[in-house]
Amino acid sequence: MKPKVAFYWCASCGGCEESSVDLGEALLDVAEAIDIVLWPVALDFKKHHIEAMADGEIVAAFINGAVRSSEQEEWVHLLRKKSQVVIAFGSCAQLGGIPGLANFFNRAGVLEAAYRESPSTVNPNGVFPQTVHKDNGFTLTLPVLHDTVRTLDQVIDVDYYIPGCPPTPQLLADAVQALLSGKLPPKGAVLAPDHALCKDCPRRDTKPEKPMISEFKRPHEVVIDQTQCLLNQGLLCLGPATRSGCGALCIEGNMPCTGCFGPTSRVRDYGAKALSAIASMADSNDDAEIAAILSKIPDPAGTFYRYSLPASALQRKKL
Amino acid sequence: MSEAKFEPRIVAFFCNWCTYLAADLAGISRMKYPPNARVIRVMCSGRIDPQFIVKAFANGADGVLIGGCHPGDCHYQEGNYKCLRRFTLLKRVIQEMGIEDERLRLEWISAAEGDRLRTVMFDMVEKVRALGPLNWKPAEEKAPVAEEVTA
Repeated sequence: MKPKVAFYWCASCGGCEESSVDLGEALLDVAEAIDIVLWPVALDFKKHHIEAMADGEIVAAFINGAVRSSEQEEWVHLLRKKSQVVIAFGSCAQLGGIPGLANFFNRAGVLEAAYRESPSTVNPNGVFPQTVHKDNGFTLTLPVLHDTVRTLDQVIDVDYYIPGCPPTPQLLADAVQALLSGKLPPKGAVLAPDHALCKDCPRRDTKPEKPMISEFKRPHEVVIDQTQCLLNQGLLCLGPATRSGCGALCIEGNMPCTGCFGPTSRVRDYGAKALSAIASMADSNDDAEIAAILSKIPDPAGTFYRYSLPASALQRKKL
Repeated sequence: MSEAKFEPRIVAFFCNWCTYLAADLAGISRMKYPPNARVIRVMCSGRIDPQFIVKAFANGADGVLIGGCHPGDCHYQEGNYKCLRRFTLLKRVIQEMGIEDERLRLEWISAAEGDRLRTVMFDMVEKVRALGPLNWKPAEEKAPVAEEVTA
């Protein structure tokens, strides 16, 4: 019998699903070797199908997305129960990801922005989502949105992590291969190389031993040299603090790394560590001058914790 | 909670060559200052990883005090400048996270400035006391809120 594998999504954009589909023809080989029992984006399996399974019947569940609603919480608990191995797939499941930036707000703030304040919102009657709605004798329900976005491992036990926003198809293929061969690393491992992106960067040779930056620039403000180290050009590239494994795709596209692969195993708080690496490059020893150089970095919390706010030591803003 | 006066918990990172010696000097000079700081000696203020600071706040510190050598006096030439750069940027992150400015402080205190250390301790403890406890708790929503969404 082929091993059963489930794919599920929580608070995510669908990019991780896209990445799975990007396996292309290799997906057919994967589908040949495994039995996909759940994949909401592509296949029509329902919750009761999973509930009917025996505990541990699923060999591996790949779950992408952060957990921010009662429905997602319910689903991940169910999948944990039915699966031998749970893999947090992508930045959101591993670190909180972009949806995790909602931790700068709370539920009320998020709903207020989405249903009232945003310029594209048309909501003259001030309709807000309700968890329970009665109409014509029928009761309709919606999941409860949480105040705080959580990573997958803050809700259930997680066996492995695949980083990336989204992970590359290659990482998924490698993980499936490792699962099928039974050659799995110790529990808790991140299934990607454990060194910083700079090491694999195609522009590595142009990186100064000690990059110093006297003016931070944003990508839209300059014409970026396609051969030079981006830090050397004053661009805020998080390569020095970010795990490799992405194939330096952004660098290849002539854009700085934004840190989606998260920390290496030696780092606890990605944002603080990345901040440490970048701030110390400010090329001055004078209070005011340092502040002026660093002032060119807009929204430092959002920049350094872009993908990892829920996984950070502070986890969320204090409101 | 009892009605007892709130005593702030301050985590203080002092460099081995200047501020830690200043604390030593304050001690042997029998200076009195509030006992609220838990002092952690590091070899250099440049060794203070911003991770230490966020972790201190996350784990119950009401304030974090960093003490290093005066600019130009670093035992390792420029460790304190690195500290200053990181501090400058971290300060903005801390503010964005909703932590008051006075809770994170950087002071240059040389080995001869026991008195200055005492002044800083008094000042910081009073300022943090005025702010009240930080009480940072991870927002673990084990049992999700059950009430209806009414924003």
